[in-house]
Amino acid sequence: MTKPKVAFYWCAACGGCEETVVDLAEQILDVVAAVDIVFWPVALDFKRKDVEAMPDKSIAACFLNGAIRTTEQEEMAHLLRRKSQTLLAFGSCAQLGGIPGLANLWQRESVLERVYQECPSNVNLDGVRPSRQYRDNGHSVTLPTLFDTVLTLDQVVDVDYYVPGCPPTPKLLLEAVQALLGGNLPPKGAVLAPDHALCEECPRKDTRPDKLMLTEFKRPHEALIDEEKCLMAQGLLCMGPATRGGCEALCVKGNMPCTGCFGPTSRVKDSGAKALSAFASLVNSNDEKEIAGILGNIADPVGTFYRYSLPSSLLRRKRVEA
Amino acid sequence: MQEPSERGSRASRVGVFVCHCGTNIAGTVDVCRLVEYAGTLPGVALAREYKYMCSDPGQELIQQEIREHGLDRVVVAACSPCLHEKTFRTATAKGGLNAYHFQMVNIREHDSWVHEDKDAALEKAKDLVRAAVRRVRLHQALETKRASINPDVLVVGGGIAGIHAALTLANAGKHVYLVEREPTIGGHMAKFDKTFPTLDCAACILTPKMTAVKAHPNITLWTLSEVTRVEGYVGNYQVNVTRKPRYVLEDLCVGCLECIEACVYQQAKVLDEFNLGLGKRKPIYIPFPQAVPLLVVIDPETCIEFKSHKCKKTCVEICGERNAIDFEQQDRTETIEVGTIILGTGFKVFDARRIPYYGYGTYPNVYTSLELERLVNASGPTGGEVVLRDGRTPKSVGIIHCVGSRDAHTNRYCSRVCCMYSLKLAHLIKEKTEADVYNFYIDMRTPGKGFEEFYNRVAEEGLKLVRGKVADVYPEGNGDGRLVLQVEDTLLGMVRKVPVDMVVLSVGLEAQADAQEVRRMFNITCAGEGFFLERHPKLAPVNTFTDGIFLAGCCQSPKDIPDTVAQAGAAAAEALALIDAGSIEMEPNTAYVLEEVCSGCKTCIPMCPYSAISFLEDKKKAEINEVLCKGCGTCVAACPSGSIRQNLFEDEEIFEEIEGVLTYA
Ligand SMILES: Cc1cc2nc3c(=O)[nH]c(=O)nc-3n(C[C@H](O)[C@H](O)[C@H](O)COP(=O)(O)OP(=O)(O)OC[C@H]3O[C@@H](n4cnc5c(N)ncnc54)[C@H](O)[C@@H]3O)c2cc1C
Ligand code: SF4
Ligand code: SF4
Repeated sequence: MTKPKVAFYWCAACGGCEETVVDLAEQILDVVAAVDIVFWPVALDFKRKDVEAMPDKSIAACFLNGAIRTTEQEEMAHLLRRKSQTLLAFGSCAQLGGIPGLANLWQRESVLERVYQECPSNVNLDGVRPSRQYRDNGHSVTLPTLFDTVLTLDQVVDVDYYVPGCPPTPKLLLEAVQALLGGNLPPKGAVLAPDHALCEECPRKDTRPDKLMLTEFKRPHEALIDEEKCLMAQGLLCMGPATRGGCEALCVKGNMPCTGCFGPTSRVKDSGAKALSAFASLVNSNDEKEIAGILGNIADPVGTFYRYSLPSSLLRRKRVEA
Repeated sequence: MQEPSERGSRASRVGVFVCHCGTNIAGTVDVCRLVEYAGTLPGVALAREYKYMCSDPGQELIQQEIREHGLDRVVVAACSPCLHEKTFRTATAKGGLNAYHFQMVNIREHDSWVHEDKDAALEKAKDLVRAAVRRVRLHQALETKRASINPDVLVVGGGIAGIHAALTLANAGKHVYLVEREPTIGGHMAKFDKTFPTLDCAACILTPKMTAVKAHPNITLWTLSEVTRVEGYVGNYQVNVTRKPRYVLEDLCVGCLECIEACVYQQAKVLDEFNLGLGKRKPIYIPFPQAVPLLVVIDPETCIEFKSHKCKKTCVEICGERNAIDFEQQDRTETIEVGTIILGTGFKVFDARRIPYYGYGTYPNVYTSLELERLVNASGPTGGEVVLRDGRTPKSVGIIHCVGSRDAHTNRYCSRVCCMYSLKLAHLIKEKTEADVYNFYIDMRTPGKGFEEFYNRVAEEGLKLVRGKVADVYPEGNGDGRLVLQVEDTLLGMVRKVPVDMVVLSVGLEAQADAQEVRRMFNITCAGEGFFLERHPKLAPVNTFTDGIFLAGCCQSPKDIPDTVAQAGAAAAEALALIDAGSIEMEPNTAYVLEEVCSGCKTCIPMCPYSAISFLEDKKKAEINEVLCKGCGTCVAACPSGSIRQNLFEDEEIFEEIEGVLTYA
């Protein structure tokens, strides 16, 4: 019997999602024993033309990580969609836009300006910018175009399942593979993780007071963090209450607040807005000025509440200037 | 996000009914074209128009069409749901559907009344109808629950409003708790000598009612008391009343007043609040001779025993075996359960110091009208003689109307009673002193029963009426204490300077200083000027937006005694109507926790303004008490994992509605 074929691909992402596969450690052997990895550019030498040569739907499952922000990534997404029976958006960037998605607060031009010119670590006296066509020694190279807006995978192609996390935990990956192999998958469109918020599985849950209201929001470096007590109760902006569980509170166990990489539960349409509304509700004041002061305390609200989800939010991006 | 289809399919036989409201709607919105459009919307089985949808035939039409055409949802495009949502829900139910398989669209207040461009108004009506149709197709069947009504009533404030409401209810056999924060009931009216427009003696009509309150077996009267906590909901309020110490035991004091006589203070030295500081009292005193309850009270600020613990306590000595004086008395809190609440917390007078050029507080001969009420009062500090602070009788008096009313710098509204009480005071001053009395008015407002007649009568007594706003009050300069009023007489068209011995400022009526705290505690609203807001200015003038809480008297707006009493009677009747019905239907638009997925994060627990949410320690989940929930939606918005939903405001319904209104047709 032929083993089911599996592909991994990497778009706009940091590479952490690939680490998850590696982090399977010896369990990767079980995976390899059960499936045939037919495409995994980060580890195995396959080319795009190899994929193009495969019959449509010949790949059983493709785990695609990273957001889509170039023409090449868009093409690969379409190609892999065509070749795969099941396409999984793997990790926050593919699912929600992720950290690269914060680029949607700027225009492409200002991003390039920053990266190639303004950045203090740059020396680019000639003001060189990447150009689409590059000729050297009679060879011509074509670079993909950078989009103005970072997209989630499902804004480009139809997605069957989502595996959340920045990156997803090896356990979730293994469970996803097992579910695929066992054929016991939830309805299409599901996120392959529990559908409750993180607090449910948080070891500090019981230490949160019943009626918690806050007069100050702190950043982790501003507090000596107690290792036992609910982080919210310590005034830290922990995204746990607004974030899907399934990571088993990894960050909290490392004494750091949750930053929300697992995204919202299925019941929330715009995770940042929801989190913002929840945390704003906790402000313990009726005085307009005082409230403004307390909320003003939150450094980088978009980067805090939409850290992983700006492209998937209702607004998607900052207004495009005409 | 769960798709609506997963929660039950969309209904597909919606009936849309569009009301003309005479020409109110049809005059601006082309009703026929709206109906034509509604008929084309997906899921709409039929669309009809009618002249008055709320009329009996209009409601009949809805029921008949439901039956004949097998409609499964109803949309009525008419006026505000505040007016007729109930009407049409009932019609929907009578037609055989669940009452909540209904959605109302407001194309009157939100459309025809506020737009002139007819084409645009039609487009807006289409958008609103489209949104409602999309939403109603997802509506779930809901059931209404009933809450029982505790027959006991709380009345807050013992002015004429509270007194009248309490007596009406008590006479109907209901138990009333009357809570007053001063040592006596009576409110402002107890300070007056005569009342306009009849000039009958205030005490003669008020004190019998005050003693009736005290004597009534159905009334529990708590003076020196304030409400400090209100919880619960219509029919079932739990209220804490904090009773401040009187230092005199109510059941032991017989009101002989011997202790006042016996106090180590030979002379009354303390400025007396009831007389607005125009008279003096002792540390142990009664506010005024007809005070109810007629019990002495000790003022710990000035009593020597409280200051030094070294007083001879002659008061205790004389009280003797009655043993009614207790210096150790502390605050006590009583918890009561009532079904309905009437607020009659009244008003405060405008602080005349806020208009410095009238010189109140600077020139001794400038008085407020309320002070004059005490001076003309036979039981007041001067025994009813109108004399200046130096004992002289004024030969001329200037009364300035509208002080702190009808003025962009203070209050824009008219305080309604000042013209009339100014005329009353003018008459009384004239009667007692034969002084020349000038009334400086902006407009003379006498729009009540017998008011114009009263004005004519007083005017004929030789009153000097000057139409104009006084710009300045200053001393004459020769040191005799006379004051000059500078005014532009708008009838003569010239600036006049009128010297007088006494100036009376007819101060306006303002909301109580603590109105905001009180409104928060009772969870009602204040209008812009700070008075408590009624549910509807015409159709629900004594109701508030909180069921079971009613308003009476000047806490709602400035008014005179007849209007106050009428309103107090109306508030009592509203409370009685609830009590006699025995129970009340509760809106089913409550919130509920999806227990399965609630993470127990507790974000929602402190959110609920009605304390409806509790945390179940065993399950580690939140739970909402359906009876306490008012459907405000606060917790729904706050739950960070989207685990609280709300009947009639399900996410899908709201998103459908938004999409419906934004879709370009
Ligand atoms: C100078 C002047 C002259 C007037 N002359 C006339 C007249 O001749 N004829 C006429 O018809 N009208 C007259 N009025 C109007 C009249 O005073 C009011 O119509 C009437 O007093 C309104 O009664 P009320 O019970 O609403 O308020 P109030 O008389 O103000 O009584 C309110 C009561 O509630 C108590 N209270 C307030 N807050 C609380 C609380 N939180 N807890 C417990 N108790 C509380 C107060 O202590 C007070 O006893 C005059 C008004 C003024 C200012
Ligand atoms: S909706 Fe929520 S916050 Fe509002 S009354 Fe109900 S339980 Fe309380
Ligand atoms: S806010 Fe939501 S998740 Fe948190 S305890 Fe309340 S219902 Fe549960």
